[in-house]
Amino acid sequence: MEFKITNKANKFTLILISIGLIFTLLGIILVWGDSNRTQRILASSLINSFFFFSIGLGALFYLALAYATESGWYALIKRVIEGIAGYIPYGIGFMVLTLFVITINDGSHLYTWMDPEVVAHDEIIKGKSFYLNKLFFWIRTIAYLGVYYIFWRGFRKRSLEEDIKGGTEIHFKNYKKGALFLVFFAVFSSTSSWDWLMSIDVHWFSTLFGWYTFAGIWCSSMVVLVLLTLYLKKQGYLTKVNDSHIHDIGKWIFATSFLWSYLWFSQYMLIWYSNIGEEVAYYMMRIENYKVMYFGMFVVNFVFPMLLFMSREAKRHSGILTIVGLIILAFHWIDVYIMVCAGSMGATAKIGFLEIGMVVLMTGIFIRVILNNLTKAPISPVNHPFLDESIHHEI
Amino acid sequence: MADKLIYAMYDDDDVLKESAKHLVSKGVKVHEVFSPFPIHGIDPIIGVEHTRLGIFAFIYGLIGLTLATVGMRYFMVVDWPMNIGGKPNFSYLENMLAFIPISFEFTVLCAAHGMAITYFIANRTLPGMKAQNPDVRTTDDRFVIELRASQNSNYSAKELEAFIKETSFVEIEQKEI
Repeated sequence: MEFKITNKANKFTLILISIGLIFTLLGIILVWGDSNRTQRILASSLINSFFFFSIGLGALFYLALAYATESGWYALIKRVIEGIAGYIPYGIGFMVLTLFVITINDGSHLYTWMDPEVVAHDEIIKGKSFYLNKLFFWIRTIAYLGVYYIFWRGFRKRSLEEDIKGGTEIHFKNYKKGALFLVFFAVFSSTSSWDWLMSIDVHWFSTLFGWYTFAGIWCSSMVVLVLLTLYLKKQGYLTKVNDSHIHDIGKWIFATSFLWSYLWFSQYMLIWYSNIGEEVAYYMMRIENYKVMYFGMFVVNFVFPMLLFMSREAKRHSGILTIVGLIILAFHWIDVYIMVCAGSMGATAKIGFLEIGMVVLMTGIFIRVILNNLTKAPISPVNHPFLDESIHHEI
Repeated sequence: MADKLIYAMYDDDDVLKESAKHLVSKGVKVHEVFSPFPIHGIDPIIGVEHTRLGIFAFIYGLIGLTLATVGMRYFMVVDWPMNIGGKPNFSYLENMLAFIPISFEFTVLCAAHGMAITYFIANRTLPGMKAQNPDVRTTDDRFVIELRASQNSNYSAKELEAFIKETSFVEIEQKEI
């Protein structure tokens, strides 16, 4: 069955995009007089470029994981995962654009290590400059984005090919490529978050940071996956997707929320315990300027999924999944917001028209791209070797 | 309480499933099924209620969390205040981060052990308890359906046996208790 975008969804995304555009422009005009205007605009674009790109990336990772583990149950919702991962080319575009503007503005106080004047007076950054310099940063960025794009194109091409050809040859090829992607992703997910996010707090470092970011990415994309699956089911597609599939995705949200909280806590507790000046500075900044938001975000992202998704019935209930999912998603956005803003702007960061405008705008684009991706192929794969297993999935 | 038990033995789990379906379609209540391994999909056929073990796990977890908190507060703050990495003592709350891993471990410990013991009691398989299965072969390669006359008062024992004989059974046995 082919998916068609309803008029309502079409209008909804257009309204989101236009409201977002108006708010963004209004926000830019309002902050134009401020001294930190470039910083605010660039921070906002970095947050939203990264957040939505990472959801697409999370879906690609999940697809590769399913290939590498030869999972069967997900076969029916494979195209939904692909639809989300299909945002990757657009996400790459936004990421490259944002990073490019940041680079030509000498980091513009987001990446202070890009500013030669700051580096000249800072011994710590000087010591890191063999890694944190513009050229090597771009070599790495292009490597990450290039690898992600190549794998995405290969997965998509073979997936569509499988619909026509059938057989198991493509399945085993996917199996190998999926495992290979995981090898790349294991390294790149860590180093890319160091480059794009951790280098904002340039004096500080944590080896756990990459996994922490990755856990957030994974959780967000599982939430988007369940929301999209429920939406499609409500529209009358994916009729064979049953409660057990929804239950399984719910379990993923539950598990990844725990993974995220575990890593957040591990990073926090170790730094709290050892109490070393240059490490603690990172949290001092957050506690001084973002106390409620920072700990509130942690509590919501940990306690909500834990208590509300614990029972079996809740993980099968579309209403609970939708509401809690949307809350978690919003608070993971705040997580990324604090990652970017605390290190660069500190107390002067605000959520105004600009920030809200940009997130609405990008949400509109994100939904539109995903829905558009879904129209391009049958909504469930036709010849997936595990399709029958997936149809009879029962837990 | 006098009751008549009827055991029907099968040599394949799929055959047993079909037979159970056949019996249930006649309005017979299947009391129990004995099998060397879990038979996927038998629960809805014979109308087994969904397990409540999860609720118990949650309660045991809460008990563990409470015990850990109360215990650690007493040991580390009240009874003999400990210096935790130079952090302010005399306060559980300000040192809570240090106590979280133990609270977590103890929650898991209590939930896991409580659940395992509850499971054994509910199945009457605690070490030393007498085995419930009617035939030793159900731990090897045989599958048994148990019917109780008291639960099927619409039918006589003979009629129940006749229903079983419509399926491809291996052995049939009656027992009075």
